[in-house]
Amino acid sequence: MLRTRVIPCLDVANGRVVKGTRFVDLVDEGDPPQLAERYAREGADELVFLDITAAPEGRPTLLDVVERTARRAFIPLTVGGGVRTVGDMRNVLRAGADKVALNTAAVADPDLVSACARKFGSQAVVVAIDARATSDGRWEVLVNGGREPTELDAIEWARRVATIGAGELLVTSIDRDGTQSGYDTALLRAITSRVSVPVIASGGAAGPQDFVAAVVDGGADAVLAASIFHRRQHSIADVKAAMAAAGLSVRAAAA
Amino acid sequence: MSGADPSGPRIAVVDYDAGNLVSIAQAFTSVGAVVTRATTPHDLDGADALVVPGVGAAGPAMERLRVAGLVEPILRWIEADRPFLGICLGLQLLFEGSDEDGAETFGVLRGRTRRLEGAPTIPHIGWNQVERRRPHPAFDGLGDAPDMYFVHSYAGAFDGDGSPEEQILAETTHGGTFVSAIARGRLLGVQFHPERSGDNGLRLLASFVGLLVAEQTAVPA
Repeated sequence: MLRTRVIPCLDVANGRVVKGTRFVDLVDEGDPPQLAERYAREGADELVFLDITAAPEGRPTLLDVVERTARRAFIPLTVGGGVRTVGDMRNVLRAGADKVALNTAAVADPDLVSACARKFGSQAVVVAIDARATSDGRWEVLVNGGREPTELDAIEWARRVATIGAGELLVTSIDRDGTQSGYDTALLRAITSRVSVPVIASGGAAGPQDFVAAVVDGGADAVLAASIFHRRQHSIADVKAAMAAAGLSVRAAAA
Repeated sequence: MSGADPSGPRIAVVDYDAGNLVSIAQAFTSVGAVVTRATTPHDLDGADALVVPGVGAAGPAMERLRVAGLVEPILRWIEADRPFLGICLGLQLLFEGSDEDGAETFGVLRGRTRRLEGAPTIPHIGWNQVERRRPHPAFDGLGDAPDMYFVHSYAGAFDGDGSPEEQILAETTHGGTFVSAIARGRLLGVQFHPERSGDNGLRLLASFVGLLVAEQTAVPA
């Protein structure tokens, strides 16, 4: 049976892992390859590496940091930030990524999603959706590291990219990101009930029960978090124990 | 990381722009092999084992192998029963064709690559159990159903006639059940990614390399 994945996220700025609240006020959390190795050892099922300043700075992904990170962990690595073309994606895959997350560039040019899927297969194409709740009960897509509103409806966008080639969705609630107030399970359910591709929940984890809720209430296939792992507030083993106790299928954390 | 043993078995990994070579090279190196990236037939000279990795669709992959002149050398390698490991798409290509894009593939295994049936999510992404149907030295020490990492929407399916069950090493369930590992002589194929399957994957690759060492010791070149 397919396991529910627990995925630590490395938000990288200037080659360092950082974490802020709602994507601003960044705090240094360590060296990407070192953290990657630690998380692989502690039972992470996968890693996500987001070069969060690449899009706003208009530069390509930091390939050397990607490569050093990929070499240190024998678990899958998804890389996002700064991928704007099929060629960019090829470079990131050749640096050692298994999957590439498209966000700002996919909104600017949805054809990029289908072009990347044709070239590398949809299983290598993750579309990252940063969503913010609106006053009328919907969710709006934001781009450029959560800075820029688009007026795109997040649910419609999720359905569309799943149709044109996304093999997986990484759904981040900007309202919850870095706030440790729990995942936005309503947002997750609205998306997971409408797409057949796997969905990774992101934004707002405070404790192990939040991970359980993202899966049980939100329908997520995988759950991502950053701060609580970086700061050792909870271990991956704690999270998996809570998930197993809730009847979810998880891979045993490393001994 | 541990460095390559310069006397270790030489593994040619086919580099045809279809996936993550860094992790495969790194994983094999860490278990004592000497890895070369093969982009031309000449690069297979002196190799003890051939590895065909890959993700994505069969058609473009076969076309790139054709352009590189590697289709015939790979077929000859398999026909001579030399040590071979196909990973993910590298396993699917061993069948006769793919339903994904209608591509004709190597055809050394009877059957086709078909879309996963009854899957609750597609692609099938994540860790799942590889349920062993028969013993094989590459799986030694891994138990009956080790977790391995998958990322795919299609899988090779044997045709009914002949004795394909003898070639089925392991199966995995995601909605329906599909073949997740095959073996025939020195031919080995896995639908999962051992290079991304943590300690379990490294153990399998170490066993594969160990088989090469054992052969070298038993039959000096």
